[in-house]
Amino acid sequence: MTPTYYLLLSALLFTIGAVGVLVRRNAIVVFMCIELMLNAVNLTLVTFARINGTLDGQVMAFFVMVVAAAEVVVGLAIITSIFRTRRTASVDDANLLKY
Amino acid sequence: MIVLAQAAGAVSTGEAITFWILGPIALAGALGMIFVRNAVHSALMLILTMFCLAVFYIVGQAPFLGFVQIIVYTGAVMMLFLFVLMLVGRDSSDSVVEVLRGQRLAGLALGVGLAVLLVGSIGGSLSAVTPVGLDAGGANGNGNVTGIGRLLFTRYLFAFELTSALLITAALGAMVLTMGMSRGQLKPGQRATVQARLRGEHDRISPLPGPGVFATGNSVAVPAVLPDGSIAPESISAIIDATPAEVIDEHPVDPHALTAGTDPARSAADPSGKSR
Repeated sequence: MTPTYYLLLSALLFTIGAVGVLVRRNAIVVFMCIELMLNAVNLTLVTFARINGTLDGQVMAFFVMVVAAAEVVVGLAIITSIFRTRRTASVDDANLLKY
Repeated sequence: MIVLAQAAGAVSTGEAITFWILGPIALAGALGMIFVRNAVHSALMLILTMFCLAVFYIVGQAPFLGFVQIIVYTGAVMMLFLFVLMLVGRDSSDSVVEVLRGQRLAGLALGVGLAVLLVGSIGGSLSAVTPVGLDAGGANGNGNVTGIGRLLFTRYLFAFELTSALLITAALGAMVLTMGMSRGQLKPGQRATVQARLRGEHDRISPLPGPGVFATGNSVAVPAVLPDGSIAPESISAIIDATPAEVIDEHPVDPHALTAGTDPARSAADPSGKSR
């Protein structure tokens, strides 16, 4: 077994996250699917760091984690404020920009 | 040297066992996350997947990232998700209505296509790669945390400082978004309320009458009496009418049960205790 299997697992996780973004309607679940995609990319970065023998991939994964934390804070604040005004967390109902 | 590098980068048997146990669990968690209808269950499934990934980091020569994954992702981010889920209402489950016809099927087909593309390309191109590895004299030679710290504070110093600006901006943005939005819908003041009452925007101008406590009884269930002697129905809270009243006589209380047993003469004369 080589670390390539981690890349395969990461690809599958990324795909599942992408499908979730396309399929689910709850904004919070869509957001969780984006988190899953970020995690899959992190696994890829860590595995490539191991394959290449340098730590740069791990540092990049670390930055991805920091950016994901900031993104979660802002995104959940946006979802909360949308829920306050529209009383819903569904992505179908936030259609004000459509018209 | 090549033998050493291969030994450092290769996957040991224990790691392979860990991978083949936790990999399917991670996949099952991810699949469960997108197929479970309840959003809270989705969050728990995602926590499971993230935990499996953290174990992969730890056994895959990135122990620092593994613990950061547990602390930041499963600890902070997912708890924030659960917190917002409880705030937004955890029963706000997905609607089954398809706004775009065939969108779910198209999404699933796209996902399968993406999976085939990714897995095919990665599996075909990287199976013969010899990993260099980090442990045993590699970049992790002085410890994983030492290596990452050295990189962070030399080559990635500018990005690291930008990260602090990003975090501060995110915290400020979250505060503005959640607190600044409620500024537009402040509660009306006393003057505005009185003016709205006099304009007839409320059901009645005056406040509701209080119950007849201490006028004819000491219970809030006693209604107030109007000047003409009739009962003011608005003086009793609607909750009292809605509360199912328990009839006391259905459960006769024996007053002597705690002291000296039942009094046969009294209970024979007055079995239900109604006259007292």
